[in-house]
Amino acid sequence: MVRGMAKYLVNLPAVTGRRLVIALPLIWLAVFFFLPLIETLQVSFTSARRGIPPYEPLWGIGDDGFFTNFTTGNYALLLQYWSDYFGPAFNSIKLAFFSTLVCLIFAYPMSWWIARSNEKWRTILLVLVMLPFWTSSLLRIYALIGLLNPNGFINAAGLWLGLIDAPIQMMQTDFSIYMGMVLTYLPLMILPLYAVMVRLDADLLDAAADLGGSGMQIFRTIILPLTLPGIIAGSLLVFIPAVGEFVIPALLGGPDQLMMGKVLWTEFFRNRDWPVASAIAMLLLAILTVPIIYARYQDGRDTVAEMPNPKRAEAG
Amino acid sequence: MAPFIRLKSISKHFADVVAVDNLSLDIEKGELFCLLGASGCGKSTLLRLLAGFESPTKGTIEIDGQDMAGVAPADRPVNFMFQNYALFPHMSVADNIGYGLRRAGMRGTELGERVESLLKLVRLQKLGGRKPHQLSGGQRQRVALARALARRPKLLLLDEPLAALDKKLREDTQFELVDIQEKLGTTFIVVTHDQEEAMTLAGRIGIMDAGQLVQVDAPRSLYERPKSSFVADFLGTISFVDAIVASCDKTSITIGGDLNICAASDDDLPVGSAVKLAIRPEKIYLSRTKNGGVNEIEVVVEDLAYLGFATNYRVKTASGQMFKLQQQQRRSLDAPLSWGETGYVHFDPQDVIVLKD
Repeated sequence: MVRGMAKYLVNLPAVTGRRLVIALPLIWLAVFFFLPLIETLQVSFTSARRGIPPYEPLWGIGDDGFFTNFTTGNYALLLQYWSDYFGPAFNSIKLAFFSTLVCLIFAYPMSWWIARSNEKWRTILLVLVMLPFWTSSLLRIYALIGLLNPNGFINAAGLWLGLIDAPIQMMQTDFSIYMGMVLTYLPLMILPLYAVMVRLDADLLDAAADLGGSGMQIFRTIILPLTLPGIIAGSLLVFIPAVGEFVIPALLGGPDQLMMGKVLWTEFFRNRDWPVASAIAMLLLAILTVPIIYARYQDGRDTVAEMPNPKRAEAG
Repeated sequence: MAPFIRLKSISKHFADVVAVDNLSLDIEKGELFCLLGASGCGKSTLLRLLAGFESPTKGTIEIDGQDMAGVAPADRPVNFMFQNYALFPHMSVADNIGYGLRRAGMRGTELGERVESLLKLVRLQKLGGRKPHQLSGGQRQRVALARALARRPKLLLLDEPLAALDKKLREDTQFELVDIQEKLGTTFIVVTHDQEEAMTLAGRIGIMDAGQLVQVDAPRSLYERPKSSFVADFLGTISFVDAIVASCDKTSITIGGDLNICAASDDDLPVGSAVKLAIRPEKIYLSRTKNGGVNEIEVVVEDLAYLGFATNYRVKTASGQMFKLQQQQRRSLDAPLSWGETGYVHFDPQDVIVLKD
């Protein structure tokens, strides 16, 4: 970071044009991401009130001069009733984890197949992967309900063909939730995997086979390590939004499946307790950023270690 | 004794493209054989067929007396060196070289010693811990060579092994490659589109065109005695003269009445038959004055290019026949012929190649 800044200062005249290009998204992020985040953080340290907005200002200048309403009460509340929040948090993380896993298992061979098919087909297949993204996710969930219902298409077809005697309970089960999750998040896993796989030089596989590698050995020693960045990127892309997901479990799951997203929603809109809701959001964010920062740190360390040193290479 | 490698009328089709067309070839043990041809002539496909990455549509491949049909790349006594080297980017140089040995179950000190000796063979002793992208192009090429030699193959296939190197490095590496080949006695088949590379490396060269071998011979025979105008034209520069046989002591050939060229030919050519004569530029001498020998033709200088060690000329006869020739400046005091000047070309009947196609 410091080195980056120093480099930036040294190259100051050269980067004038580039600065604008970087500045625009940076300003956008500051206004629409960073400021709301700061706001949420502030709200989490105040107390609720009736009115608009439904929370006390954290600080301000009134008739008696500077005042502050700082309190850690919301976090204390979360700690006090931690068992009420722990369950949904656990449910959310479990759902996100297994959804990521199932997505990975499905997406890996699919991406491989797309990346290895000829160029003409690749584009078509990629469009097919992304096509569901162009329809409303809610619509897709309702379509799924239509398929999985006790009197839905699958049960009706099964009954008509005589494969089953009575409708199978598919809705309001783990099966229906995971179906919905995978249906929604699969493209987010496929795209980064595809991106690394399509760049994987086919000669490397021939070389490994030529040197005596069996199929499994080639996978373990060549393909897996070289597609790992895609696995990490895809998993983060699926896992992060999946933790906050509450529409899919609400529509496809049973009443016992309380998710963190739902709790958050309830605190915000049903209880109108924004400070507690903000505290939950901040805590969740903290829990989620730790593995991401760790992953980035690992990634960064690798990059630095593998940084080519042209001078050294030439000298040898 | 059967040859080490025997290709019997093999063909390879990709959809409706014929990459290799009914090709037969024998290669002896310990040979350094070059497949030379323009891109798309099928030479790389032939190499991939030998490695086992592709299987022939028709015909058989025998290596060391064994039919290779259905034998996987890993089970062949063959290794492959890729044009882009195909080094594993996430592994160190030592791990790249040791990859094939580990797959064969080698571990521990035995593995370490073998890798060390291979690093020594290609003069990269101190670089075992580097990653491929930390190496220069020449170093990467040597890692690829060491990795391909690690399993001690009986046959090493090299696909454009020097194409990615710059000219100066390429010349040094050519001799190094020949040295290593001679030291190990491994049979090498090298695919290249660079004729100088093929001439330097190979004991024998096979020239390929449109999936077929046009001529297989030692470099000297290919250059001095090409059997077709394709080969004559493909290797180096040459001047062609269309001619009709008009008989002489050996074979005298006349064209258009004003050119009378004598050529030595082993074949008895019937009078009146059409042939093509070909003469290499360095076999033609250019002089200011007539000195009255055989094959002396008056010409005008059309174009010249001074190269330092020599001068390339394009000269034209009165009837419009072009000759390309190269004149060495042995005595710098000689005043060379310049644009538009008239002179005489001379060449020995022995140096005229008679082609029947």
